[in-house]
Amino acid sequence: MFLTFVTFLPLIGAALLAFVPDEKTETIKQAALGIAVADFLLSLVFYQEFDMHSHKMQFEFMVPWIEAWGINYHVGLDGISLLLYILTTFLTAVSILASWEVKKHTKYYMISMLALSTGMLGVFIALDFFMFYVFWEFQLVPMYIIIGVWGGPRRLYAAVKFFIYTAVGSLLMLVGIIWMYLELHQQTGTYSTDILFMTDNLKMALEVQIWLFLAFFLAFAIKVPMFPFHTWLPDAHVEAPTAGSIILAGVLLKMGTYGFLRFNLPLFPAASYSLFPYVCWLAVIGIVYGALVAMVQEDLKKLVAYSSVSHLGFVMLGIFAFNHQGLSGALLQNINHGISTSALFLMVGMIYDRRHTRLIKEFGGLSKIIPVFAIYFMIVTLSSIGLPGMNGFIGEFLVLIGMFQTDVVFAMIGTSGVIFAACYMLWMFQRVMFLEVTNPENEKLEDMNLREKILMVPMVILIFWIGLYPAPFTKTFDASIEHLVSHVNKHSGIKHEEEGGAHHAAVKGKATVAQLLTTGTSETTVLVKE
Amino acid sequence: MEPIPAPLVDLTSLAPVLVLSVFTMMVLLVDLFVGRNKSVLVFISLTGLLMAAISAFAKGAEIPVYSFNGAYVVDRLSIFFTMIFCLSSALAILLSVEYNKREGIRVGEYYSLILFCTVGMIVLASSTDLIMIFIGIEIVSICLYVLAGIRRGDLRSNEASLKYFLLGAFATGFLLYGMTLLYGTTGSVKLLTIAERLNSGEVFTNPLMLMGVVLLVIGFGFKVASVPFHMWAPDVYQGAPTPVTAFMAVGPKAAAFAAFFRVFAEGIPELAPSWETTLSIVAVLSMFIGNLGAIMQTNIKRLLAFSSVSHVGYILIAVIAKNTLGSASLLFYMLSYAFMIFGIFGIVILLGREGNENLELENYSGLGFKHPMLAFCMTLFMLSLGGLPPLAGFVAKFYIFQAALKEGFLWLVIIAVLNSAISFYYYLKVIVFMYMKEPIGEFKISLTPITLFVVAIGVLGTLELGIFPGPVIFLAQY
Repeated sequence: MFLTFVTFLPLIGAALLAFVPDEKTETIKQAALGIAVADFLLSLVFYQEFDMHSHKMQFEFMVPWIEAWGINYHVGLDGISLLLYILTTFLTAVSILASWEVKKHTKYYMISMLALSTGMLGVFIALDFFMFYVFWEFQLVPMYIIIGVWGGPRRLYAAVKFFIYTAVGSLLMLVGIIWMYLELHQQTGTYSTDILFMTDNLKMALEVQIWLFLAFFLAFAIKVPMFPFHTWLPDAHVEAPTAGSIILAGVLLKMGTYGFLRFNLPLFPAASYSLFPYVCWLAVIGIVYGALVAMVQEDLKKLVAYSSVSHLGFVMLGIFAFNHQGLSGALLQNINHGISTSALFLMVGMIYDRRHTRLIKEFGGLSKIIPVFAIYFMIVTLSSIGLPGMNGFIGEFLVLIGMFQTDVVFAMIGTSGVIFAACYMLWMFQRVMFLEVTNPENEKLEDMNLREKILMVPMVILIFWIGLYPAPFTKTFDASIEHLVSHVNKHSGIKHEEEGGAHHAAVKGKATVAQLLTTGTSETTVLVKE
Repeated sequence: MEPIPAPLVDLTSLAPVLVLSVFTMMVLLVDLFVGRNKSVLVFISLTGLLMAAISAFAKGAEIPVYSFNGAYVVDRLSIFFTMIFCLSSALAILLSVEYNKREGIRVGEYYSLILFCTVGMIVLASSTDLIMIFIGIEIVSICLYVLAGIRRGDLRSNEASLKYFLLGAFATGFLLYGMTLLYGTTGSVKLLTIAERLNSGEVFTNPLMLMGVVLLVIGFGFKVASVPFHMWAPDVYQGAPTPVTAFMAVGPKAAAFAAFFRVFAEGIPELAPSWETTLSIVAVLSMFIGNLGAIMQTNIKRLLAFSSVSHVGYILIAVIAKNTLGSASLLFYMLSYAFMIFGIFGIVILLGREGNENLELENYSGLGFKHPMLAFCMTLFMLSLGGLPPLAGFVAKFYIFQAALKEGFLWLVIIAVLNSAISFYYYLKVIVFMYMKEPIGEFKISLTPITLFVVAIGVLGTLELGIFPGPVIFLAQY
């Protein structure tokens, strides 16, 4: 019940804000910030109360919703969703504070932000497919409005593109959901859209799993975004206001990776195994392609956007490593990317507020003029590259360790992404911060003000905290990942003997799939899951 | 040839029809005495609709009840549809009150025509006999021809009426011919008997019968405005008075679908292999042409006309599924569609003013921040039409897809969801105009209370069916 309250608190706040007169912008901003911060603090209670040793859903709450169809309102948190949930409340508060200078229709902006927050939180707690889908689509609307109303010059194009892209992907997922719903009824005689129930009871042949995997894959791959479904992302990022970019990079993309962890792996383990090389190819192409394209960008925001494509490639690689290290790396990298990239967008936003341009060539030598900004920017840049001692390093390291055990080729190509990241980030940093001040307009720039410092301090603390002592973070999802890995291994149709045999399992997995594909239908009818 | 026995007269089955007919005639009579103030007519009409809705339950729990020798039935489908008809006619009448005053439509027959039309719709939804269906369709159509042209001084309205009449009469011909062929080959006009004879193998499929089926598809296709028989829809929608447009988009269409479902899913399901493909093609074309056509439109009424063509495509899937889930989803879809459409047209009416109806999308520029509540409602309706959760349109689509997937029509469902994605483009376009463009002129909106009330009902219905659809699903399904 408390989980429901925390989730819907922003929406309630948004509804109340609607009654405040438009002109009282200060009150509105303060109220919105107050709600967001309160929501963040309340969400910390879940961390406090969370049983780290259990992979089970916690804070569960279930009431019948549409009884005729067996649909329940069912929510809960486990290790996979807990940190993402807290990250969402945190970034909502950050983005509202970052939008203090929004002058146009402030009230509606704040309402959209708060509504968006509830939509995103709902995605992470939903344990019923119907509900999940409701939240998954619901959050599109406020984000669409935020990009479309408060965005840059090409905002209409970007907003509609964002909406349609995501809608196409998720509608096919909807077909998959309904199909599984009916299939479940065929098999068990119960109508249910409960995710946990379905994961435990639905048995599907490999061929079926592959089709469903693809339907879900499209929805999540567009959201992540994986190459070649990423083209909406740069447009959306460039046109979105700063806070929009923060939420997009920080949370919305994570909904895609979360989808893989919550649905694709547990529901279609055999298909995940068999399609793993293709997914990994897309992931490594994304890593390298994103990095190379980032390198040649002239717009700071576009550069960060493409770096996201590259970073999310790592997360995907970690997920499809199918072992403990890879998955914990992926989850941690989710959080890291949420922090580092949000911080980058935040700082790009600050500099944009001052100069109203984001073109790299307009800057140069800024470290002499705004030293405090330069220091923060340095920290964030390095964290994004993955310098040891900072958060990015831990995540990427774990992902690569995981992947090395599963498939060396992908791990090697993936590693090159780390080098590329250093190239484009440091080169960008050099061109913006160092060298001579060539543009006289830059000379009278003001350094960070108090509000901006308040925004950056928690980011920097988190960057170092995760970098130096990640245990408080990793321990939340250890049990869940352990369970997920064993579940996937157990149900993937591949028997393997000992613990820690993920490597063999995966290699065997590929072999089995090859056999399956060559020997044809007789083998594909082998049912997985018991 | 069977002998024609004297039909069993069962007046309680006919209760809603009788009640409504009485009230309609009362409206006609009272109109002679009230002069220019028509509000008493509105009151009588609404009472009549309410009474008709209540009397639909006259049969109590013992449904389905067949009467008049199996020509008329009271069952879940017909009762639920009667509710939808009474609701939509009541909303249409409420929408008309202020609109008619503004546009100078001062004819008392207006209300009685709507009521007569409703009588026809109830007959249509309750008939299990080809002749009764034909009678129902004629009652509905003739009322609509007149209603579309009720603004006698307006050229567009005349055009709409004439076009609708010519094409409608043509379609009725097709329908009648189809019915004749079906009767000629099966030897009965009763749907139940036809189904029985086809099922037992007494009569065999032959080319004439198939031709009859095709002609029925054409006839019904015209009535529900499915591609390629949709050409009249945009012009008639645009030309008819706005409340009549809303009325046409919901009530008569729902009635035609009820008959459509009865004839195809209950009467000739045995012939499914021959009409399934035809109807699927019609459904797919309706979705694509409706959606692609809507993208081009700059006039909100034409946009909604094309959008309704695409919705016909989705609803046809329910007919094709031809199972219980299909009929239930048809009911749910029509009900949620009614709420959305009346809400939208309520807003369209509010935006217009005397002499200028403001029907171009441009007129909506900047509405979002000038009249936030109105724009919010419009956003809700648009997203719901597109099928975004948690709104009525989504649950309705979910329902239909469920029915179709159950029968294995995977490809049809995939095409439908892709079309939903296309449709978002133009539904979002309305939102783009409202929130993301600067206003082109002053808004002079007088928020008239009755129209606002209709919008509010639309919003409540859309939210209720979207967030707590449970009770209505229960009513539709069990």
